[in-house]
Amino acid sequence: MTRAMPVLTVLGAIFALWYLAAIWMNATWVYDQAQRAGTTVTLAQVIPQTMAQARPLLPPPHQVAAELWKGVTAQAITSKRSLVYHGYVTFRGTMMGFALGIVLGVALAMAIVRFRVMELSVMPWAIISQTIPIVALAPMILTVSNQIGIDNREVPKAIISAYLSFFPVLVSMVKGLRSPDHMQLDLLSTYGASDGQTFRKLRLPASLPYFFASLKVAIAAALIGTIVGELPTGAIEGLGARMLIGSQFGEPLIMWAALFAAAILAGGLILIVGLIERMAQARMGVPA
Amino acid sequence: MKDTTHTGSAVIEARNLDLTFQTGDGPVHALRDVNLTINKGDFVSFIGPSGCGKTTFLRCIAALEHPTGGTLTVNGLTPDEARMKRAYGYVFQAAGLYPWRTIAGNVKLPLEIMGFSKADQQARVDRVLDLVELSGFGGKFPWQLSGGMQQRASIARALAFDADILLMDEPFGALDEIVRDRLNEEVLKLWARTGKTIGFVTHSIPEAVYLSTKIVVMSPRPGRITDVIDSPLPKERPLDIRDSREFIEIAHRVREGLRAGHQDD
Repeated sequence: MTRAMPVLTVLGAIFALWYLAAIWMNATWVYDQAQRAGTTVTLAQVIPQTMAQARPLLPPPHQVAAELWKGVTAQAITSKRSLVYHGYVTFRGTMMGFALGIVLGVALAMAIVRFRVMELSVMPWAIISQTIPIVALAPMILTVSNQIGIDNREVPKAIISAYLSFFPVLVSMVKGLRSPDHMQLDLLSTYGASDGQTFRKLRLPASLPYFFASLKVAIAAALIGTIVGELPTGAIEGLGARMLIGSQFGEPLIMWAALFAAAILAGGLILIVGLIERMAQARMGVPA
Repeated sequence: MKDTTHTGSAVIEARNLDLTFQTGDGPVHALRDVNLTINKGDFVSFIGPSGCGKTTFLRCIAALEHPTGGTLTVNGLTPDEARMKRAYGYVFQAAGLYPWRTIAGNVKLPLEIMGFSKADQQARVDRVLDLVELSGFGGKFPWQLSGGMQQRASIARALAFDADILLMDEPFGALDEIVRDRLNEEVLKLWARTGKTIGFVTHSIPEAVYLSTKIVVMSPRPGRITDVIDSPLPKERPLDIRDSREFIEIAHRVREGLRAGHQDD
């Protein structure tokens, strides 16, 4: 309870602010309606009407929750209107991008630690790659992959997602693989250990804490990358596409429900990564 | 480099050994004209102020540094060849146990690298953990052990593959006096039981005199040997031998040697 209190307090404050903002923003429409009908409304009459509009400027929390619930439970999960379906599409894209990002990040880090020339040639470009806004790059990746004959969106989505998620893995793994100090390296050299043995017995296990720390950042980045990959016109599946549809067709409730579905997905993924990290730590003797 | 004239009981032989490091501020003479013979079963301490090259010399024996002049043989081989033949175990100032391995796992590390069979590995781990009185702690992780116990585990690790030579670089420098006394006693017992040749770097005069059959006094700038003292103390050494006349006389000679080295600069 003592741990839940601060969280609940902040959550309560956010909801209160949200409701106030919803009343303030949606009241304009109520006043306009009243003016057009030639009637006047009191504040007490306005407030209930700001809570249940079909196209509110800012939907209040309970409307978003209802839409979210409807999106999850009101139809078969294979329906194109189901948030479970769209969430699954986004989840699948995220996982592919995440896996690709890990492979790329770890492989590059290993090469950089092993070959000095790789550090000089690859590292600056890896850093520059992260300064280009992904929203500018995403349509290009889609166009290019279409041009070379990849018709489905899965591959370009995974590439966009991996583009964002490889970087934290790369930076952490370079640091992690270099974390053993001189003494630990000298020790292995007194055993006549080969480079491969040094890597397997020392560098790799020493880098694992860095690796897991980077995974939490990488999975969030992979999700954002996937959603951005679903945004460019033509996408019909995924939470990103759902958000865009909601925005383009003036359906704020759809947009907000998709936004929260994405947030819940992100929270779930980070929790799972954290769980895997704790299991790995327990095996590696980290004090609980 | 191979010294074919090596005979009898000499295990480590240095002749006119020089080592110069090239640094940004010009060359540093870490070792100059070092001549020393270490015989089988010797317990040799290297003592001197920091910068005297005592650790550097030990690292040369271990082929972690490479001399720029003179000859150095270990078991009649070059240090590099000797290392590949697992001639020595090395104990560093810090225990340096892998936190992700249990104590037994840490002791197994050199055995895994050297390719011992699984059954042999376990037998050796049990034997050396018993030797350093850590039986029953094999399943613990390093953070569950005290600093002294961790250092004993690192000694067990150096003993696990049965090298004839044990090189120890200020192994107890980071431990408190009481733990240090106990570990000194244990090292002597270990030495008596295993008959290994031990090279031991320290900056403590009582430690050097208590442990050694031969004390090498070194001084800095350039790093060199100023005195080699063969200890007349008996092999059997209770802790209170440190109050005896002979002990105090040797300690005095070591101190004189250290002081003489300092007057040179």
